[in-house]
Amino acid sequence: MSAALPLVDLVGDRAAGPDGYVRLAVDVDTWTALAQGCAAGLHDLGALWADGASMRMALSDGDRGVRAIASLETESGRYPSVARRHPPALRLERAMRDLYGVQPVGLPDPRPWLDHGRWPGREDAARYEFLPAEGEGLHQIPVGPVHAGIIEPGHFRFTANGETVVRLEERLGYVHKGVEGLMAGASVEQAARIVGRISGDSTVAYAWAFARAVEAALGWTPPPRAVLLRGVMAELERLAHHINDVGAICNDASVVTIHARCTLQREDALAVSDACFGHRLMMDRVVPGGVAADLSAEGIGKIRGLVARFEETHAEILRVYDSLPSLQDRTITTGIVSPELVRQYAAGGFVGRATGRAFDARKTFAYAPYDRLDFEVKVRTGGDVDARLLVRMDEIGESLRMLSQLLGRLAPGEISAGRPSVAAGEGAALVEAFRGDVFASVRFAADGRLARVHARDASWFQWPLLEAAVEGNIVADFPLCNKSFNCSYSGHDL
Amino acid sequence: MRSFLLDALFKGKATIAPPGPDAAALEQATRALGERARRRLGRSLAIREIDAGSCNGCELEIHAVSNPVYDIERFGLKFVASPRHADVLLVTGPVTWNMREALLRTYNAAPEPRWVVALGDCAVNCGVFAGSPAVVGPLADILPVDLHVPGCPPPPLEIVKALLALIEVQAARG
Repeated sequence: MSAALPLVDLVGDRAAGPDGYVRLAVDVDTWTALAQGCAAGLHDLGALWADGASMRMALSDGDRGVRAIASLETESGRYPSVARRHPPALRLERAMRDLYGVQPVGLPDPRPWLDHGRWPGREDAARYEFLPAEGEGLHQIPVGPVHAGIIEPGHFRFTANGETVVRLEERLGYVHKGVEGLMAGASVEQAARIVGRISGDSTVAYAWAFARAVEAALGWTPPPRAVLLRGVMAELERLAHHINDVGAICNDASVVTIHARCTLQREDALAVSDACFGHRLMMDRVVPGGVAADLSAEGIGKIRGLVARFEETHAEILRVYDSLPSLQDRTITTGIVSPELVRQYAAGGFVGRATGRAFDARKTFAYAPYDRLDFEVKVRTGGDVDARLLVRMDEIGESLRMLSQLLGRLAPGEISAGRPSVAAGEGAALVEAFRGDVFASVRFAADGRLARVHARDASWFQWPLLEAAVEGNIVADFPLCNKSFNCSYSGHDL
Repeated sequence: MRSFLLDALFKGKATIAPPGPDAAALEQATRALGERARRRLGRSLAIREIDAGSCNGCELEIHAVSNPVYDIERFGLKFVASPRHADVLLVTGPVTWNMREALLRTYNAAPEPRWVVALGDCAVNCGVFAGSPAVVGPLADILPVDLHVPGCPPPPLEIVKALLALIEVQAARG
């Protein structure tokens, strides 16, 4: 087995592209050594995908500000498995194998992942074998794919000893829609609409990540006003989901008054987004080259009003949360994620930040307009449901501050720029969605259409940690743990 | 907590005035009912939501109809956990091959009479996912659909109005 190779050593003096990523063509030994480096904690695995005859791996070292995309030519699809050395790559490799037929040699878990044996022409009646859990008194609880609440479909297989969960195994892929296949050969406009629907709750973040990747590939510069408006939309999206998550967590601990108050505040945010940008979720409003909707002076006033109301709600929810020991009894020390796992999986968003991982794409790999905003990356260390809830509350405060700054800087101007004549190129981007960093990579064909688009949701590195967080907790606390993670099914299933 | 109660007293209710049923949805529901005679269920319907491949945008807006502003329960519309308790199956998403069986099983678990509502552009015509080999097709290719609610996603007020049409027609038939 080759020795671990730190990314910084390999990158050396090589210059990064306009998107901030150094592009490295590597051989099998270097590929393996980089995978070993992930396992040794020398750098983080950001994404892993197949592109034609090559495998790509996005790696980063936040402390040193280095990012790279390593590319390995496969031998008729065969390449050394990354998961063999670094388990967080496991589901990524299983997914790419299912979708593109690549063969990660040495893959520790040969079971299919997104392929459920249902796709036409590829039907397979073989049963999906869950991992064994044996012992006296153990019983299994199968849940899903259709859940009791209004949530996305997925299967959870619990093995419990009485009320205590000894193992949770997830099975996902139910909402696989073939988004990558649809985007291969698509125009920028078509792909932008699809990207905005990979995970509807993060539509602004996805559209922004895609837009930045496209802009980097084609040397396209969005006007300053558009960049500020993207920030406004992204923070509105974050506010709506963070407050909704806080309410949903409390609701699962039967404190419906907080939930009602949070859903009201969320509704307020969505109504203001609709009034300002013409869509409650702001779908299709961030587009390559700029934004598709301008903000009027009246709209600025509406957002300022929202910020004031949100501040009031925020303070009140914190006061009430703090005054209810029976609620905190459910959240504190429930669903703890260890710092080791968060480091290993490079878990982003509130899952990472509630366990002390101070990573936020808006700061660690700062992009405009965040590079010139005054805000803090809020970190807690409890790693439990309580910490994940409070990190969201902390971030709401920061988002409100950011919105005020963004609105104050808006100057009249264009909101979109024309597409440059460059046809081909590659680009990648990392954008902080409400639940964590979304990575997008695009490659253009010579005809100006997209040859390959890959998007990696933060959930890929959060779902496995939910399995770990639940272990040793009682079955009744699973909904709380699950809500505190709020992973995306659609964003993961592709 | 006290502040919540005081707010409710002094700020007044957040709930909007009840909207009427959507005209197009009313017409569609009447037509569907004319074709398939149904027993009266009264002015109350239990809804089981099924995500058959959605991007989760529709789910966000379905959640919103239960918030205090739209408060769908005041109309006798209630989301239930089990299809066994459901009168209405509210389906979102372009039905994926991986969800097809779960969708059919959930449908078959609901007692008759049952209504099927295709919610959102994806359930209506697969939306941006049309043509993907991972997608079976519009909901109507798989289940008999009584009401289509287009939109990407349909805003909560549109969802409320469409569901009200179901109640109106249902009650009138009885």
